[in-house]
Amino acid sequence: MIWQFNLVLLLLLVVTATIALKVKDLLSASVIFGVYSFMICLLWAEMGAVDVAFTEAAVGTGVSTVVLIATVFCTERRSTD
Amino acid sequence: MKGIALLVVAVTGSLLIYVARDLPAWADPHSPASDYRVSKHYITQSIVETSVPNMVTAVLADYRGYDTLFETVVIFTAGIAIFGILRVTRSERSLRRQVHSGLAPPDLVVQTTCRLLVPVIQLFALYVLAHGHHSPGGGFQGGVIFGASLILIALSYDLRDALIRLSESNALRLAAVGVLIYAGIGLACVLLGENYLDYDVLHRILPADPVESRSHSILGVETGVAFTVSAIMFAIYASLSSRGELNGGL
Amino acid sequence: MEELLLARLNYWTYIILMMIGLYAMIGKRNLIKKLIGMSIFQSAIILFFVSIGVKRDATIPILKHEIVHAYHEGAHTEKGSAEAKSTSSELGPAPSEPAGRHGNGSLPAIDPQQYENPLPHVLMLTAIVVGVSTLGVALAIVQSIYRECGSLEEDIILRRMELRDD
Repeated sequence: MIWQFNLVLLLLLVVTATIALKVKDLLSASVIFGVYSFMICLLWAEMGAVDVAFTEAAVGTGVSTVVLIATVFCTERRSTD
Repeated sequence: MKGIALLVVAVTGSLLIYVARDLPAWADPHSPASDYRVSKHYITQSIVETSVPNMVTAVLADYRGYDTLFETVVIFTAGIAIFGILRVTRSERSLRRQVHSGLAPPDLVVQTTCRLLVPVIQLFALYVLAHGHHSPGGGFQGGVIFGASLILIALSYDLRDALIRLSESNALRLAAVGVLIYAGIGLACVLLGENYLDYDVLHRILPADPVESRSHSILGVETGVAFTVSAIMFAIYASLSSRGELNGGL
Repeated sequence: MEELLLARLNYWTYIILMMIGLYAMIGKRNLIKKLIGMSIFQSAIILFFVSIGVKRDATIPILKHEIVHAYHEGAHTEKGSAEAKSTSSELGPAPSEPAGRHGNGSLPAIDPQQYENPLPHVLMLTAIVVGVSTLGVALAIVQSIYRECGSLEEDIILRRMELRDD
């Protein structure tokens, strides 16, 4: 429980969540969402929830991001907001 | 629409921040959630009753076994639903444009690296499943890693090559076998005379005492979960990346 | 300073993340942005729930090797009495004496303050996997909407559906 590390990770979480919703290119949004999932996995590992961090690393960063990118490729890549 | 959204978010957010004053201090060892009788029982008695050092695996597969059974059913239902939403029948297939596969020509470096990595990944997935009693891991994590290895084959080669190894009907059969293993272990407990998913009675057919038979049943149940999760993760990717046609793409 | 940061700032950050996700689900026009907002909302709620089980100076909820060895040897030497003790402890022990029920002094005591609460971890494992299943089904629906209406923006879809109903 290192509170400085905790603070930095929380700040990065808020920043990546905001950026993932602001960019207009949907592929970049999906990749930044993968970064957000990985930051949450690190936060859980630091809090001591190792099983949850393992599952989030496999499911959130792996499968969730890949499935989002697959859909973006099969539909369209630009968005207007 | 954005004005309404901002108003709702502002009202909800301020209400929640005002209510957060009443929550216990963060990381307090004597907060009501940590002083709860059931949590203390799980921490102190899970090694005595189930002989599994990983408390999370013991609670997930033994104390809260019903929860995990129906979660496996939820994953299975989601896989079936995705197939059902996106499926293209044979008559419609001739009317649609061909999915332009080959967005990038197959690269030799990527293919060779993935061909060397995939067996290692699958072996690691098996290790995570089997070692879930002593280290973080278990059925879900091992199953997702195994499914991710199949997705890696589909990404580095072509979706057709991955479907040759595990076709969509075989994937659904594997997922159904996983759910049946889990429900079958529970049914075996009923047939031997006790409650559903009460693993103690299996010591009559397994060569172990009641505490050890709980540990072995937890492993059997996690194997069922791993089958279902790995098959459905690959099935979700196969359906979504080819718009339901399952003949190529990406 | 550290007390204030530890006590309240974490909860406020989780609430800010939830509100970012909620704003995206209501206010954005693009369907994929709405789904990314839904995922951010879900993961922020799971983060809040897991943080309830955190204890200061506590280790991960996996017992150490020496304790496991001691319990296995104890279980082999006294199999009958171990069964009797475990059935009696299921009736609800008094919370003031967590691990002193074993009777003999050879088994080490497990202090619940040393280990984190495993119950929120278990519940949130289910929630994460159900979340990804929901995301998969939602993306399948988005693809079939794109097949019908040809666009991913909410206002264009609504306009085309009205034109088709006429």
